[in-house]
Amino acid sequence: MRLLKALFGTPGNALVSLLLLAFLGWLGQALLLWGLRAEWRVVGENLPYFFVGQLPKEHLPRVGGFLLFLALALLGWLGSLRVVRVPRPRLLSLLGLLGSLFLLPWPPTLWGGLLLSFLLSGVAMLLAFPLGVALAFGRQARLPVLRLIAIAFIEGVRGVPLVSLLFLAFVTVPLFLPEGVRLPQVVRALVAFTLFAAAYLAENVRGGLQAVPKGQWEAAFSLGLTPFQAVRYVILPQALRAVVPALVGQYIALFKDTSLVALIGILDLMGVARAVLANPQNVGLEREVYLFLALVYLLVSGSFSYLGRLLERGLGLGVR
Amino acid sequence: MPRAKDLLLQAVVLGLVAWGLLSLLAEARSRMAAQGIPFSFAFLSQEAGFSLSEGLTYAPGEGLRPFFPSDTYLQALLAGFLNTLKVALLGIFLATFLGLLVAAGRLSANPLARALAAGYVEVIRNTPLLLQLFVWYFAVLLKLPSWENALSWGGVLLSQRGLVLPQVGLGGGVLGLALGLFAGFFLRKRPLWALGALFLGVFLGWVLWGPPLVFAPPQKEAFGPRGGLLLSPEFAALLFGLVVYTAAFIAEVFRGAILAVPRGQWEAAYALGLEGRDAFRLIVLPQAVRIAVPPLANQYLNLAKNTSLGVAVGYPDLFSVYGTVANQSGRSLEAILLVMAVYLTLSLGISAAVNTYNRRVALRWRL
Repeated sequence: MRLLKALFGTPGNALVSLLLLAFLGWLGQALLLWGLRAEWRVVGENLPYFFVGQLPKEHLPRVGGFLLFLALALLGWLGSLRVVRVPRPRLLSLLGLLGSLFLLPWPPTLWGGLLLSFLLSGVAMLLAFPLGVALAFGRQARLPVLRLIAIAFIEGVRGVPLVSLLFLAFVTVPLFLPEGVRLPQVVRALVAFTLFAAAYLAENVRGGLQAVPKGQWEAAFSLGLTPFQAVRYVILPQALRAVVPALVGQYIALFKDTSLVALIGILDLMGVARAVLANPQNVGLEREVYLFLALVYLLVSGSFSYLGRLLERGLGLGVR
Repeated sequence: MPRAKDLLLQAVVLGLVAWGLLSLLAEARSRMAAQGIPFSFAFLSQEAGFSLSEGLTYAPGEGLRPFFPSDTYLQALLAGFLNTLKVALLGIFLATFLGLLVAAGRLSANPLARALAAGYVEVIRNTPLLLQLFVWYFAVLLKLPSWENALSWGGVLLSQRGLVLPQVGLGGGVLGLALGLFAGFFLRKRPLWALGALFLGVFLGWVLWGPPLVFAPPQKEAFGPRGGLLLSPEFAALLFGLVVYTAAFIAEVFRGAILAVPRGQWEAAYALGLEGRDAFRLIVLPQAVRIAVPPLANQYLNLAKNTSLGVAVGYPDLFSVYGTVANQSGRSLEAILLVMAVYLTLSLGISAAVNTYNRRVALRWRL
C-alpha cells in the first residue's frame, strides 16, 4: 500500500512510474526473447579458456591452491583488523601469504583469462605500493626539488591515457634491455600498470597524510622519535587506515583497466573473448560473449566493493 | 637559510634522477642509431599515404578540409586530434546532461526511479569501458539492418552505416521566439506571465512568419542518405560509450555533492520560509556546485583521456591515428612521445581552466 502511494501518489509521479514500468517491461521481454534464442554454447564450450586462458591443465591444482591460500591471507588480515572473528588471525595471514607466494603461478607468461586480469592488477598494485607511498611523501616534502620531481611524475602519468603508457612501455622497454634479452609482453604491461598505479596511489595516500593532524608529528617528535620512526609508527598507520576504502576503489578500477591489454594482443579475459569471437565457428555471437563478460566483471568488482564496505565498517571510518 | 644537508640531499636526488633519465635516453638513442633509424621528428613532414575514414585537417592556404593520403603525417595527427576534440567536447556536454538526469533519479521520491538509476550506476561503473565500447559497436550498431532495410525512428535513420540525424534549421518564426524570450526575461519575476509572453511570441511568430525551427529529415535513397547529419558507427559507438560510462560517475558526483550539503542548511532555509523548490535552488544548489566542481573536472579529464579508446572501435582519434602512423613510418617512439605531450597539454589545460573557475566559486573565509 505504501509502495503504491509512493509510486502513484501524485499525477506527476504516476506518469513517471508508468513510463519507467513500460520501459522495464519492454526491456524485460526483449531480453527474455533474445535469451531464449541465444547460443549459449559459445560460453559453455570455452569456460576454462575464459577463466585461466591457455594455462596447461597440470597447473590447475596449483592455481586452486594459490587462490585458497590467498583467501586465507585475506581472512587473516580481516581478522587482525577485527572485521571478522577468526582464531589466530596473524598466524593465519602469515600462513596464507607464504602459501600463496609459494604457489603463485610463475612465470607470468603462463597467466591467461580472468586469472591474468586478477594477477596483473594485484601484482601491479603490490609493486606500486612502496613507490606510491614514497611519491606521496615526496609531494609533501619541504625540499622543493623532491616536491617538483614527485609532482612531475604524478601529474605526467595522470595526464595521459593509460593506453598510451602501455604503448610507451611496449616501444621503449626493449630499447633499454641488453641485446638478445626479450621481456614477455605481460611483463612490459606490468611495468606500465605499476607506474600508472603508483601515481594514482600517491594521490590517495596524500589524502590520508593530509588527514593526519599536525599535532601527531609534534607528539611523535616530542616523544623523541626520529623522523623515520615517526612515519613508521605514528603517521603512516593512521594515514593508510584512512585511505583503505579509496585503495579498494583504486584496485577495482585497475582490475577493470587490465582489459586494455587486450588491445596489444595479450589474452586476458577480454583478449580471450576477442580470440573466441575471431573463431569462424562463433561469428556473430558478440552479444552472448559480451554479456557473459559483463556478468563476470560485475561479480568480481561487486565482491571487491562489498569487501571494501566491510573494511570501512570494521575500521570504524566515519564513526570514530 | 637552507641547511647544507638539505641542499646536498636535493642535489643527490636530482643528480640520480637526471642520470637515470639521461642514460636511458642515451641508451635508446644509440640503440636506434645502431638499427639505422636515428631518433628524429623529420618523418612528420613526409607523405602519409593512408586515408582516414573521417575527419578534417588543416592545410596552409586551404584552411580546414578533409584529410587526403597525399597529406603529411603531421596533418594526419592533426586530423586525429580534431576528431578527439570533437568527441570529447560533445561527450562532456551530453554526459553532464545524462548525469544530472540520473542523479535526479537517484534522489527522486519515486522508488522505481531510484532503483533504476541505482542499477544503471552499479552496472556501468563495475564493467570496463572497453567492454562497453565493444558492446555498443559490435553488439548494437553493427547489428543494425543494412542500408536497404534501414530503420526510421522519429526522423532518425538507423543502419549499419551509422545514424543519420535530421538537420535542424532556423525558420522565420524564430523572430517571434526571440521576442517571446525577450519579453519573458523582463517578466521573470512572474513565471506565469513570462510563460504566457513566450507562448504568445511563438504563436504570433508562427502565424506571421512560419515555424521557428525547421526539421529536415534525411531522405533515404538507394545508395545513401540525402541531407541529414551522418554519424558513423565508429563515432556513434565511441560517443555513446563515453557518455553512458562517464554519466554514471557524474551522477554520483552530483548526488554526493547534494547529499554533502549539511541538513541544517535545508532546515535553515525552511525556517526562513522558503519552500522546497526555492530552498533547493537558492540555498542547497549553490553550495552543492561548489563541492561538485573538482570531482566533476576529474570526470571531464577522464572522458577526454578515454577518447583514446576510439582505437578499439576504429574511430580515427589521435591515438588510433598514432597507431597507423607508427606502423607506416616505423617511428613509434617519436610518435608516442608527441601524442603523450598533446594529451598532457590537453589535460593540464582542462585542469587550469577548472582551477580558475574553482577559485571563483570557492568559499572565501572572511576573518
